[in-house]
Amino acid sequence: MPQPDVSGHWGEFGGRFVPEALIAALEELDIAHAKALEDPEFQAEFDRLLREYGNLPSPLYRAERLSEEAGVEIWLKREDLNHTGAHKVRNVLGQALLTKRMGKTRVIAETGAGQHGVATATAAAYFGFDCTVYMGEEDTRRQALNVARMRLLGAEVVPVTTGSRTLKDAMNEALREWVATVDHTHYLIGSVGGPHPFPRLVRDYCRGIGDEARAQLLERTGRLPDVVAACVGGGSNAMGAFTAFIDDDVKLYGFEAGGEGVETGRTAAAINSGGIGVLHGARTYVLQDEDGQTKESHSISAGLDYPAVGPEHAHLAATGRAVYEAVTDAEAMDALEKLARTEGIICAIESAHAVAGALRLAPELDPDSIVLVNLSGRGDKDMGTVVDYFGFDKGDQQ
Amino acid sequence: MRAADAFAKTKAEGRAALVGYLPAGFPTLADSIKAIDIMIDHGADIIELGLPYSDPVMDGPAIQRAADRALAAGFRTRQVFEVAEAVAGRVPIFVMTYWNLVERYGVDAFARDFAASGGAGLITPDLIPDEAEEWLAASDAHELDRVFLVAPSSTDERIAATVAACRGFVYAQSVMGVTGARAATSAAAPKLVERTRAHTELPIGVGLGVRDGDQAAEVASYGDAVIVGSAIVGCYLETDDVPSGHQRLAELTADLAEGVRR
Repeated sequence: MPQPDVSGHWGEFGGRFVPEALIAALEELDIAHAKALEDPEFQAEFDRLLREYGNLPSPLYRAERLSEEAGVEIWLKREDLNHTGAHKVRNVLGQALLTKRMGKTRVIAETGAGQHGVATATAAAYFGFDCTVYMGEEDTRRQALNVARMRLLGAEVVPVTTGSRTLKDAMNEALREWVATVDHTHYLIGSVGGPHPFPRLVRDYCRGIGDEARAQLLERTGRLPDVVAACVGGGSNAMGAFTAFIDDDVKLYGFEAGGEGVETGRTAAAINSGGIGVLHGARTYVLQDEDGQTKESHSISAGLDYPAVGPEHAHLAATGRAVYEAVTDAEAMDALEKLARTEGIICAIESAHAVAGALRLAPELDPDSIVLVNLSGRGDKDMGTVVDYFGFDKGDQQ
Repeated sequence: MRAADAFAKTKAEGRAALVGYLPAGFPTLADSIKAIDIMIDHGADIIELGLPYSDPVMDGPAIQRAADRALAAGFRTRQVFEVAEAVAGRVPIFVMTYWNLVERYGVDAFARDFAASGGAGLITPDLIPDEAEEWLAASDAHELDRVFLVAPSSTDERIAATVAACRGFVYAQSVMGVTGARAATSAAAPKLVERTRAHTELPIGVGLGVRDGDQAAEVASYGDAVIVGSAIVGCYLETDDVPSGHQRLAELTADLAEGVRR
């Protein structure tokens, strides 16, 4: 399995572009994580938590009717059935266990639509940590239900009113708070981004997605998949799905949020339309203007609406080991509807990008190909968007 | 002018230097030039020009708002060279910038153009020496100072490595937290300066939190330079009346300058 160099670089990507004040905490985290990985007791506790509390391993499901329509064999890794409704429970439980191990008593997190915030608040409740979640003010209004969930779970939700008041600003605010409270607070970051060791650490906690799917598929079919497809915002579910297959002869496809189309500029596809730059502590692909000011991202999917991508994805893209394509809002919503109607599964709009990507690839593949799609989350949270998009409140359902 | 020129003067006068910070392009491009002249007229020994950035993770609310205003008015990176050129000559002019802006402009090109406009060097809050290979080469090639930060959480090993990479002076981030005026300065600051001094002959500037002459005097008792940012920016934040902001800045700078001379 690929590892970054000692200071956290994958090729030219990654690293630590943060204030010196945070370096000591990042070093501490790096050492604690490396030790935890080799500690059978930590691993046993993590496995137990995932199994008993997280409802894992998630099923691998052969999507019969969708496969028939696509003309290839599509298998869905059902992360939508996890506790809290997405793969994110793996990351928060892993980091919370690490937090406890480091003797810290408080976690902070950034969140866009609120999914990572809810997952973090859940883990904090389970472990008895204090929890503060930073969320763009605009998002706290649009995602009032998730704000209520976090508060019910005992977390403090801080609306962020600076900058563009979106996920990236929530992340800025979490970093600022972390500098001031780093002695007793862990920053429970939500994706495979940020300064080293976060990208590696979050990947290591999410890699169970691919490890489980690999074993499940081998058991069921005796084969590895030909293609693994996942959506990519920051990229935690995709790294989690890819890692187990990275040394195999398996094609890896990441589907970024194309928004209204990469050519329109209203997009969140950092690899497909950004340039190499530094944001939130890592060198990676960033949506930025000519001067390097961060551009606002656009996607119908709040979980993919972020102007950069994890540095390991940047490296996989630059080296060609994985292919990254953009899926538009419209393509994702079509796939969401198709999955609902052929399989009776309402997935998250994020995950619908992976479904849409798989359906796009299918015609170019041999008919006996196996495509593993990571269905990273469930769609309950997106019903407001779905109602607006399809006009279900206007009585004109197609 | 380089940092060494300013510190030779303040050392001869037996006092700490006053470093004033203002984002270029704030409150407007022309008024940022005017404001810097005011600071120099009233006793600032070194100027730090902030380069407005969309995601300033080390800055508190005052500097964030100032940067937002400059960007909303259309500020472009290259304009920092215009400002530097307009104010250079009397005191050393530094640019304090988040790294992505320099990388996007081109590290060597930025160093070349800044040196050509009379700049002294860069202060880089989110660039640690470990990641700075290209900047070390460019700052050597164009004879610029380079100022990295040390913090209360830095180990002695990191302090030693960081000061070894610095030229001009060392920036001691005196509190664990973002920039911003505070009622009390940090107890951690004198300790950090002492730990840093064990590893370098370079002057040590102390930043974050100073808002008046009394606090400046306190910091000047152990630091070689007193760095003031948010309080200066504050002169223009609460008013649309720029001339009255200039007036407040003149008074504040005079107070701070008197503080470092006690």
